[in-house]
Amino acid sequence: MNGTAEIAAPVPAVEKESAHEGLLAWVSTVDHKRIGILYLLAAAFFFALGGGEAMLMRLQLSWPNLHVLAPDTYNQLFTMHGTTMIFLVAMPVIFGFANYLVPLMIGARDVAFPRLNAMSFWLLLFGGLLLYFSFAAGGAPDAGWFSYAPLSEQPYSSSNGTDYYVLGLLVTGIGSVAGSINLLVTILKFRAPGLTMRRVPLFVWMVFNTAVLVILAIPVLNAAIVMLLIDRKFSSGFFQPGQGGSPLIWQHFFWTFGHPEVYILALPAFGMISEVIPVFSRKPIFGYEFVAASTVAITVLSFGVWAHHMFAVGLGVLANSFFAGTSLLIAVPTGVKIWNWIATMWQGHLKLTTAMLFAMAFLVEFTIGGLSGVTFAAVPMDWQLTDTYYLVAHLHYVLFGGTIFGIFAALYYWFPKMSGRMLDEHLGRLHFWLTVVGFNLTFLFHHALGIMGMPRRVYTYPDLPGWGILNLVSTIGASIMGVSVLVLARNLLHSLRHGKIAGDNPWEAWTLEWATTSPPPAHNFNKVPPVNGRRPLWDLHHPGRTDEELQKQEGGARDP
Amino acid sequence: MKTVKLGMIFFLVSEAMFFLMLIIAYVALHHASSGSAQAERTLDPAKTAVFTALLLASSFTIWLSERGNAAGKHFLARGWLAMTLLLGGIFLFGQGREYAHMLSSHVTISSSLFATTFFTLTGFHGLHVFVGLLAMSVVLGLHFSPAFTGLRGSALPAVALYWHFVDAVWIAVFSVVYLRVL
Repeated sequence: MNGTAEIAAPVPAVEKESAHEGLLAWVSTVDHKRIGILYLLAAAFFFALGGGEAMLMRLQLSWPNLHVLAPDTYNQLFTMHGTTMIFLVAMPVIFGFANYLVPLMIGARDVAFPRLNAMSFWLLLFGGLLLYFSFAAGGAPDAGWFSYAPLSEQPYSSSNGTDYYVLGLLVTGIGSVAGSINLLVTILKFRAPGLTMRRVPLFVWMVFNTAVLVILAIPVLNAAIVMLLIDRKFSSGFFQPGQGGSPLIWQHFFWTFGHPEVYILALPAFGMISEVIPVFSRKPIFGYEFVAASTVAITVLSFGVWAHHMFAVGLGVLANSFFAGTSLLIAVPTGVKIWNWIATMWQGHLKLTTAMLFAMAFLVEFTIGGLSGVTFAAVPMDWQLTDTYYLVAHLHYVLFGGTIFGIFAALYYWFPKMSGRMLDEHLGRLHFWLTVVGFNLTFLFHHALGIMGMPRRVYTYPDLPGWGILNLVSTIGASIMGVSVLVLARNLLHSLRHGKIAGDNPWEAWTLEWATTSPPPAHNFNKVPPVNGRRPLWDLHHPGRTDEELQKQEGGARDP
Repeated sequence: MKTVKLGMIFFLVSEAMFFLMLIIAYVALHHASSGSAQAERTLDPAKTAVFTALLLASSFTIWLSERGNAAGKHFLARGWLAMTLLLGGIFLFGQGREYAHMLSSHVTISSSLFATTFFTLTGFHGLHVFVGLLAMSVVLGLHFSPAFTGLRGSALPAVALYWHFVDAVWIAVFSVVYLRVL
């Protein structure tokens, strides 16, 4: 490797070769890779809790007029399921991968502020535990993950649950903001020489945009929940109509945060897909600039669509039309990316690894969720379908079919880098097919149930034609998903000890994280390869045939 | 730009969003209720203007301290930083007096929407002033430690940036809350 580059050390320079061993080494770590793995472990823990809550709900809903769960318990379960999956599973997984991968992808030693990074993780973990402590302190929050006022106010929600909701989300939220500041500064200041913003891997672009969304959107949530806490603890009336307050302001505040939050969860998955699909198509991403620029468009637009969550409120024709328009508009940059990914696969030498299978399934499932999302932008449709199971189907196709499928693709793709061993492909395929079948069985028929008028968040339902059987199918699908998670767990635990040794670059990928050992040493790189394009490792192995030269010669760079 | 300063800027962007929402809540609920009349009865813009001037002056003194530090004039840097601490402290004292006066005339956080939004907005600002005083005390303490050889890092510039932000937020709060009363 001639022309390798020295890389900047983070400030403050922290001693990374820990003097401690075992558990203490993990608790005291400031290494971005270990913190990334801690995030993933915490997310797995909360995923088990949130998944268990979902299974209980599906059990209750498996047949009409069941009384497995009390109504109050059911309210707590759906509130905790949503809150857990969004704040304690999806966001931590995203921060975990971002923490682990961003410094490696940009050829840095660590993130900009390693100690702050550790603080972010511990805030997340203890914020989550605080939220779950509510079960022991008189009842979990039960006003839904968006805690609409005045239902979430003291007179209507008198257990301490909502207070723990506020405190838990404040603590994790501060951690998320700190983590995002860290990622932003790292991406801006710690890139290896030659790695311009036009050359960084698209995952880094997506993380950058996500971090911008986090630092802008999370404080909006923080302001709203602080006001809710003041209302609850001091009997004031921000959101209490009886005292002149406005429940509508809660809705505006919450969704000003809530819609960007959707993209906080989606963009990193877009980034994961944008790394996996090119490598297993053996082609560079089609339209790098379009993927990056459309993401910036999403970031900007996502702050202008919040009231499409509020069409049923009666904001008036003008407001409804405006937000319907912006909501249709934001589907465009997302649609652009779907075509980018399809065009990347077009005429590629596809390698159908488990990671690639999940990435391809992402395209299908996420597109279904995207299309049902567009139907919600049409105000009359929204009036008909809001708060029905059609909405439940939509949000799960976006957040599970999108985010979680992307995360599974990422897990199979980067597990070898993190552990040094490959995940088992046979178990991987089993996991994949169980997930796809289970997921679609669970949620596809929710569309029909919603159109038939089944409301969500009601603990039981009458025996109307078709409702019982469709719900039973859904519960069977959920059980299959439960089994799929066990298969994944088995695969992870087994492969961690007995998996095939991965080597530095098992997928013959192109980005910098594959230039170092698997797992990487504490200091990440001895030397970073020279970066003259978007695929530094490909350039390294094909001297004289860099992407830029190939593009000049044949109008597109392909592997032979 | 220095790494620490850049991190501070992103932090302040996030803080700005937080205060923006508090101000929006104040204004929106002010219109919705009979807040104006009560604000007129309760607030004393002239007195607060004096404390506002002192807080704004402290932005100037911390800039002087930063300049002294950059030029290696430690005596100047310490002096102006101590002056900034003093001015910030006086501002908090003024806010405390105002709060005490309001509480003694039974204007509390739950007595009306005006009071709720007022205490929330100014309270969070006061908390930020207090945190700024703590941060400046730490920097000043470092200056007086025996091992001190000059602050070459970004601690003082980062704290100064934060302090300017706290002052800027106060300009917004003062305009929205106090100047509307006039």
